[in-house]
Amino acid sequence: MNQEPLLTLEGVHTHIGAYHILHGVDLAVPRGQLTMLLGRNGAGKTTTLRTIMGLWHASQGRVRLGTHDITAARTPQIAELGVAYVPENMGIFADLTVKENMLLAARSARTADQLDDVRLQWIFRLFPAVQKFWNHPAGKLSGGQKQMLAVSRAIVEPRELLIIDEPSKGLAPAIINNMIDAFAELKGQGVTILLVEQNIHFAERLGDTVAVMDNGRVVHSGSMAAFSADAQLQQSLLGLAL
Amino acid sequence: MSLLKSDFDWKPLALVPVLALVALPLTGSLSTWLTLTVAGLAMGMIIFIIASGLTLIFGLMDVLNFGHGVFIALGAFVASSVLGLMGDWTGSGELWRNLLAVFPAMLVAMLVAGALGLAFERFIVRPVYGQHLKQILITMGGMIIGEELIKVIWGPAQIPLPLPEALRGSVFVADAAIGKYRLLAVAVGLVVFGLLAWTLGRTKIGLLIRAGVQDREMVESLGYRIGRLFVGVFVVGSALAGLGGVMWGLFQQNLVPQMGAQVNVLIFIVIIIGGLGSTGGALLGALLVGLMNNYVGFLVPTLTQFASIFLMVAVLLWRPQGVYPVANR
Repeated sequence: MNQEPLLTLEGVHTHIGAYHILHGVDLAVPRGQLTMLLGRNGAGKTTTLRTIMGLWHASQGRVRLGTHDITAARTPQIAELGVAYVPENMGIFADLTVKENMLLAARSARTADQLDDVRLQWIFRLFPAVQKFWNHPAGKLSGGQKQMLAVSRAIVEPRELLIIDEPSKGLAPAIINNMIDAFAELKGQGVTILLVEQNIHFAERLGDTVAVMDNGRVVHSGSMAAFSADAQLQQSLLGLAL
Repeated sequence: MSLLKSDFDWKPLALVPVLALVALPLTGSLSTWLTLTVAGLAMGMIIFIIASGLTLIFGLMDVLNFGHGVFIALGAFVASSVLGLMGDWTGSGELWRNLLAVFPAMLVAMLVAGALGLAFERFIVRPVYGQHLKQILITMGGMIIGEELIKVIWGPAQIPLPLPEALRGSVFVADAAIGKYRLLAVAVGLVVFGLLAWTLGRTKIGLLIRAGVQDREMVESLGYRIGRLFVGVFVVGSALAGLGGVMWGLFQQNLVPQMGAQVNVLIFIVIIIGGLGSTGGALLGALLVGLMNNYVGFLVPTLTQFASIFLMVAVLLWRPQGVYPVANR
């Protein structure tokens, strides 16, 4: 496995209006691995993801994707480099059907007939609800079904990096298990994933590497296995033990 | 839970027949009612043509374009010049010769209005994206400048825009006089609605516009440059306003440079009734406003100006976001 990081943040500062949110974030996301970004509420996790996606721009520091410097790149350029983003609110287009949501995410397809059928069948197997409600308005789906659609949309075409913000938020345990299985399969296919998560059990089951944020900085990074085994470290960084 | 597409909200659609049926006993006779109804539908279709672009600009770009009226006026004045050059065709009693004059005039008006829209977006709107107060001020300023330029080119006085020969007068259906031009206006309105509905519902560009109205940031996150889409929608919206201006000018049969500002009020009422960003809602709102204006204009002429505002207030009390809101603002 190529251990060169796919995504690197070096000393990233982000301001939102008058507020200084990120205070020098250093983060490396290894290629082909699933990196968990953990931290208490307000630690800066979502801001970090939005800064990577160019939705907010770093006021200082550098963001690199492979060989590309994307610090000042616009969001569509970053997406074109192969980054898929699932925001915390899922970003579902409620008035469009499930099919239309998927078609929109497939940049190379002009009609639903041009979607990659093999890939689509794979997604249907991972998330049967997407197939079941294919022609229904996405706004009518339940929270769990919307999350499945949001992740399906992110993988409708091959991507270099998936960035997902709190996929388990508000979901029933059975659906969380379904998500975990799906991410494990994606990971098995060599997709690089950066995942923000508050559900520590979710993180423990999936993560290869972990970065913990506090007050707009990464205060710990390393292997997930080592982090899971160190209850004192978890207690000090997150205020809980796995 | 039913997830069928038939969950479509049909209730607002009932407003048009309800309004027409309420007016039926008040107008006194079936023929008068039919005449007023067709006139109202024609007026509504023209307002829809103008408003359809603005509702997309409003919904997709979150831009309060109070300068939309300048494209209406420009379209009408450009058409008056084109039709003036085609006097032999407009003076003919043959319908096909009239249409061969009117359609090129519409096309030229749309091209000129669209080109002005391109410049308007680039130099007036783009610097104030996301700043509503500045948008109101600068787009109104842009409209005033546009009106003054129209005065420079065509003069400040009212100029006539007579209907081509074969489009004058009425056809009679069950003793009701149905204006020929009004039938043409309904037909053009239906064609525009059909094209918009096809583009928005059946093409990927339409899908992007509908998605952009709902969540611009997510569209960008999927890798689409929404800025280009903004410009395209603004140009198309301006061209449609130009087409609507031609239709409105022929409907009124005279033009003044301030005509855009006069129509602006009706258009904003229509898109507020319809719900921001919704072309279907704009069609429904326009038909309601057109019918209401004609019925009230016949029954209580002094209340005509108030009728549309009353309608808007009544709809907003029922549906505060308009009948089919798309954009969440």
